[in-house]
Amino acid sequence: MANAVHIVVCAGIVPDPLQTLEPVTGPNGPGLKNEMVLPAVLDPWAASALYEAANLAAKNPGSKVWLVSLGPKAKLQQVMMTVAQKVGFELVPIDGPIGGFPDAHSTAAVLADTINALPGLDRTKCLLFGGWESATRGAGVTLQLVGERLGITDQFQGVDEISLREDGSFEVLERVEGGKHQVSVCAGTPAVLGWATGNLPEPRNNPQVGMANMRTIMPALQKAKPAKLEANGLRYISASLPKQQRTTRVVKDMMPDQIAAELVAWIGAK
Amino acid sequence: MTESILVLTHVDESGAALTKASLEAVTAGLELAAQLSAPLAIGIVAADSTAAAASLSVTGARLLTVSGEAFAQPRYASDAAACEALCRAAAASIVLAPGSARLTRVTAGVAYRLGGFVDTHITALAANAGVEATRWFYRQRVEGVLSRDVRPWFLLLDSGTHAAFAGEAAAASVEQITVELPALRTTVSGLRAPMQDAQTIRPEARMLLVAGAGWTKKQSDGQTHAPEAGELILGFLRATGASLGSSKSLVDQGGEGVPVLPFLTHMNQIGQTGATPRHAMGLSTCCHGEEPHVVGWRFIGDRRAISLDPNCGWTRGKADVVYIADAFQVMAKVNALLQAAKA
Repeated sequence: MANAVHIVVCAGIVPDPLQTLEPVTGPNGPGLKNEMVLPAVLDPWAASALYEAANLAAKNPGSKVWLVSLGPKAKLQQVMMTVAQKVGFELVPIDGPIGGFPDAHSTAAVLADTINALPGLDRTKCLLFGGWESATRGAGVTLQLVGERLGITDQFQGVDEISLREDGSFEVLERVEGGKHQVSVCAGTPAVLGWATGNLPEPRNNPQVGMANMRTIMPALQKAKPAKLEANGLRYISASLPKQQRTTRVVKDMMPDQIAAELVAWIGAK
Repeated sequence: MTESILVLTHVDESGAALTKASLEAVTAGLELAAQLSAPLAIGIVAADSTAAAASLSVTGARLLTVSGEAFAQPRYASDAAACEALCRAAAASIVLAPGSARLTRVTAGVAYRLGGFVDTHITALAANAGVEATRWFYRQRVEGVLSRDVRPWFLLLDSGTHAAFAGEAAAASVEQITVELPALRTTVSGLRAPMQDAQTIRPEARMLLVAGAGWTKKQSDGQTHAPEAGELILGFLRATGASLGSSKSLVDQGGEGVPVLPFLTHMNQIGQTGATPRHAMGLSTCCHGEEPHVVGWRFIGDRRAISLDPNCGWTRGKADVVYIADAFQVMAKVNALLQAAKA
């Protein structure tokens, strides 16, 4: 078990991407209209991180995966009904607000405190996973802040691949500009990896995995500690939908060669 | 509140010139400093910052640099230490930085070390009652303007939101900042292009071609024509130099092991779980979903679409022109015309 790793995946829950979102301003700042009744899913990039974590753990016996998630208990329970059927993990829920408007620094502080207190976590073997950005705030900073709070100074963002080696070192592919990957080799754990899409397809639902997970998920949800997020001097002046409605010309009666000529003229004119 | 501004910059792969995103951040810094009447400093991270500093001498800003072989590689531990040292030396209340992969990786950590706070993906800055920053939430669906009362405040700027600074190079007075490096456990071995026939992601391109899942669906003859679709798409890219974006559904088909359009990877994906690129013009083909049109196209200038569906609700109000036609036929003609024009 030389390469056994302890993987902590930080993953939030977000409104289903197919939902229409409308910002509203309340006494505590902006939020989404009917936020609590919008169907939620596990944050897409964080979900990639979870699947990659499970895959890595399966290849390295003795490894373990924790899923640390901050959100309203009821919403977490709803999302876990689906996620729990995908891969095995131990849920560490934190009962708190969701959404794109709370401050990422506060979220990171709560996550770091929770991870610090995880029983059985060997920090020297720790790989801290998560999405490189969320689908809510999309700040791409929470994981880095958690890493800094935990004293982890080998960090990678936009990760699409990790290859663990026999000697405990690992190679990481990070997305950089121009559609390229930066290739790095890290001497070993601990490290922070903010995942992009990775290379794994979404696992199929497996009821047996689901049943095994749910045995620990439900009690964990009942014991979820509440968390309050500080504003840290953050003030919102406005939050609104973009007003970029275009006047669309719908062309139904042109032949392909006429359309092609018009397109080529458009491309050339620009 | 009396402000002072630091702009963090870094060099490109050549090691000599500042990246375009860094030069855009310099412009943003100059503009904000002028609005606030605030002093401006510019920090440079490079193995050798001589040429980069010379290119900034006409800004009149205080120039700080960390240099040495350790900073030739974009790596968290060394870059965070470098930026931390620059920030401590400048003691600025507002730190601007380009939203490049290199500085995006480290800025939050640096902000934490300095007891500051960071906001990212900033698209506009304004100095009204205080400094106000505009950014998008929920993957470009909600636009917000925010401010912070605490300092230092780090702001990562999205690329393409400011003009790149350009000035005559001249001898520059530079302050060399010493950095205490931690143990470096990570080595960067280089860059790798994705496994594909050609590099189809071109951030600097004028045009974005978006390919949707319709390219690999059964056509009017009841058959799929994926190889032909691939040729048409690549032919268009070759002729125009456009960048290629894709809908999630089309990329996912490749990920499931189906050899559909083998040159597509998740890196091409635009939308909710992909990129939101900035190009002057965009042409969407065979896309019928919300993602490419609402999220992926947010920062595209002129937009046209070719679709078989006259009732596609997502193109209405999002594209400037929608052609109701078969993209196979149209793109074949477009490619022929472009080739003829080149000949």
